Amino acid sequence: MSLLIKNGFVYDPINGVDGEVMDLAVEGGRIVEEVNEREAHVIDASGMIVMPGGIDIHTHIAGAEVNSGRLLRPEDHAYDFEPKTPITRSGVGRSIPSTFTTGYRYARMGYTFVCNPSMPPLEARHTHEELEDTPIVDKATFPLLGDWWFVLEYLRDGLIRECAEHVAWMIMATKGYAIKIVNPGGLEAWGFGRNVRDLDDQVPYFNITPREIIRGLCMVNRILNLPHTIHVHTNRLGQPGNYITTIKTMDCVRDLAVSDRPIIHITHCQFSAFKGDSWANMRSGAEDIAKYVNSHSHVTLDMGQVIFTDTTTMTADGPWQYTLYELSGNKWVNHDVEVETSSGIVPFRYRRKSYVHATMWSIGLELALLINDPWKIYLTTDHPNGGPFTFYPRIISWLMSRRAREKTLEKINRKARARSLLPSIDRELTFYEIAIVTRAGQAKALGLRSKGHLGVGADADIAIYNINPREIDPSKDYRAVRRAFSKAAYTIKGGRIVAKDGEIVGAPDGRTFWINFENMSDLNCDHPRRKSLDELRRKFREYWTVEYENYVIPESYLKVSKPINIRAEV
Amino acid sequence: MSKGRVIVEGNVGMHLGEDMRGGEIIVNGNADSWAGGSMRGGRIEIRGSAGDYIGAPYRGSGEGMSGGLIIICGDAGREVGCLMRGGTIKVYGSVRHFLGVNMLDGTILVRGDCAGEAGAGMRNGRIIICGWIPSIIPTFTIDSIRPSVDVDGERITGPFYRFIGDIADNGEGKLFVSKAANPHLSHYEKYLQ
Repeated sequence: MSLLIKNGFVYDPINGVDGEVMDLAVEGGRIVEEVNEREAHVIDASGMIVMPGGIDIHTHIAGAEVNSGRLLRPEDHAYDFEPKTPITRSGVGRSIPSTFTTGYRYARMGYTFVCNPSMPPLEARHTHEELEDTPIVDKATFPLLGDWWFVLEYLRDGLIRECAEHVAWMIMATKGYAIKIVNPGGLEAWGFGRNVRDLDDQVPYFNITPREIIRGLCMVNRILNLPHTIHVHTNRLGQPGNYITTIKTMDCVRDLAVSDRPIIHITHCQFSAFKGDSWANMRSGAEDIAKYVNSHSHVTLDMGQVIFTDTTTMTADGPWQYTLYELSGNKWVNHDVEVETSSGIVPFRYRRKSYVHATMWSIGLELALLINDPWKIYLTTDHPNGGPFTFYPRIISWLMSRRAREKTLEKINRKARARSLLPSIDRELTFYEIAIVTRAGQAKALGLRSKGHLGVGADADIAIYNINPREIDPSKDYRAVRRAFSKAAYTIKGGRIVAKDGEIVGAPDGRTFWINFENMSDLNCDHPRRKSLDELRRKFREYWTVEYENYVIPESYLKVSKPINIRAEV
Repeated sequence: MSKGRVIVEGNVGMHLGEDMRGGEIIVNGNADSWAGGSMRGGRIEIRGSAGDYIGAPYRGSGEGMSGGLIIICGDAGREVGCLMRGGTIKVYGSVRHFLGVNMLDGTILVRGDCAGEAGAGMRNGRIIICGWIPSIIPTFTIDSIRPSVDVDGERITGPFYRFIGDIADNGEGKLFVSKAANPHLSHYEKYLQ
C-alpha cells in the first residue's frame, strides 16, 4: 500500500529538515520521492508534527531477567491491564508489561525501534522468544560480554584479535547487535562476594582490570566494524562519588578514537553521575560530566532519567542490586549466570520527598540540558530502572519547558531543590532537538542507516503527533506536548499504519536486527585464531549447564530475521 | 470507595472494598477473601463470615491495610491482617492460622479462637485473642500479665498473657492471649517470676 502524508511539519534532523511543511510519500515500506496520489492512501497531517519513528537505545523489555521481574511482581500487574481487541492481545503490567503490551505501548507513543541492552548470552534463546512476541517494533539486543570468561582470558593475555574473533562468534551465535559491558570485572568479582572499587582494581582470579576490559573490547569493537560503539554500564554505578569513575571510563578509551566518531556509549549516565562520599552529602556530578562530554567527541550518553513512581529495577549488575536491596529492604532476586554475568531485580519507589531520589531526578535532566550537542545524549529512563518507558512524554515536556521543570521542582525535597542546578538552566529543547534525542541521534549512534530519518530510501517508520508547533508554545503549554507525545495521531511502521490516535489498528511482527559477519558467517567451523570447536565443546561440558549444540541460535529461530551484513577486519 | 454507603443483602466475592479510603460497606451475608484489602480508611461490617487475607495487600505487594475498621461478626480464614500497617480489625468469631502475619502496626481483636501461629513475623501492632490458641510460636517471649486491653475505646477484660515478638524479625509487636481460655499456657508464668 502506498501512503501520502500531506502538509505536516516535518522534523528530520539527519537530513536537516527543521519543521518545514512538506509531503512524504511511502511505497513498499520505504520512503520514496513520489506516489500516485489517486491510488495512495492520503493522511492529512496539516497542523501536526511528522517525525521518524522513535528509537529507544536502552530498554529492558525481554529476557529471563525481565520475566523474573514479572514473576516477582504480581502487584505490578494488578491494576494495569489491557483487554483483548480484535487486533491486539490482552496484557498486563505497569513497570514490566507483558511482551505484547510492550510492543503496543511503544507503538502508541510513535516508537518503532527498541534495543534490549542486557542479554546474558546463555539466556539469548529466551530473549529472542520474548522479542518475537513483542509486536510492531523492530528490535536489537546486546549480549553481555564484559565478564565472559573467555573474553577475560583473551584480554588478560593481550590477544585482541583472537578476542575479536571470539566476540564475533558470540554475537552471531546469540544473534546480538552490539557489545554490552556491565560493571566490567565487577560481576565476576561478585561471584566471590566482592566488587571492583575502581577502574584499576584487579578482578579476582583473572588478574585483569576494568580498564583493560573496556579498552580491549573497544579495540575489538573497532576491529569488528560494529555499527554501534561499546555500550557501557560503568563501574561503581549508583554509588556516591562515581562521577569520577565515569569520567575516567570515558577518558580511558580517548586515545583509541579515530576522527570524530564516537567509540563509547555510557548508558543511563544519571546513575553514574553522583558526587559526594555518602548518601547524606550526595550531589550532582552532571556539570563535570557535561563539561567532559562537551569538549570530547568520542562519547555518547543516554539519560536514564528517574521518574517519581513505583518501578522495578533490574540489571546485570548483581552487586549493585544487592546494595539496592539493602537500602530498600524490599523483596529481591539475585542470580549468577554461569561463566557469563550476574543479575538482580529489586522493586523500588522513587519518592519526591527523598533527598537522594529528588537529586537523581535533577541529575538526569541536568545532563540532558547541560550537554550542548543533542547528538551526544539520548532520552531514556533505562526502562524500567528509572521508570517505565510510558513516561517519556513527561520527560519531553520537562526538556521543552522550564515551567514544567519548575512545577516539579516545587514538589521535591527542599534540600535537593536548593542544591539542584535546574533553576539556573534556562535551556528549553526545540522539537528539532527532541527529534534528535528520541530518534535521529539514537539511529546515528546505533549505526542504523535506514532508520531515524525520512530521506528517500529510509524505512517508512513514521510518527505523527497532533500538535501544531506554530500555535502551541511548548514552553508554556507543556501539558499539550505531553498529551501529544503520549498518543501519536499516527504511527506508521514499514509503510503500514499501526496506531491511530493512540489505538492500535495493526500489529505486524517486528524484525530482529543482528550482526552477520560476512567473512566468518559459518558458526560451526573452526577459525584459526579462535578457540577450536572441540575446545569450545569441552569447555561447555565443563562449565555450562547447556551443551554447545544448544547454545548457538540458528537464524531460522528468529521469526523475522534482519541480518546486518558487515565485514570484520579479522 | 471514598465516601457513601453500600449495603449488600447476601454474599459477596473477593476483594470487597479493596483500597477503600472512606465510606461504609455493610454485608448482610458472607464475604470471600481479601475483604478490605489494602484499605486506607472507612468501615466494613460483614455480618456473616469472611475468607482469608482480610485487610491484606494484593499478592506481591507489601502495602497492607493502613487505616479504617473491619468488623466480622462470624469467623474469618487464614492470614487475617497480613502486612497490616494501621487501622483495626475485629472478628467476633474464630480465625484460622497466621493471624496478623508480618504485621507492622494496627490492632486485631479476635473474640473467638485462633488456629495457631498468631503474629508470625510481626514487627509492631497489637493482636488480642480472647479465645483459645493451641500454642504461641517460639519466637515470642512473655512480657507480663495484663488485667485488660483497650481497643478503640472499648475495654476488653482479661486477664491476658502479654507476649512480645516476633523476635526473629526484631519485632516489638504485642500479642495478648486470654489467660482463662488458655490454661495450657500457664507454664509461661514461671518466666515472669
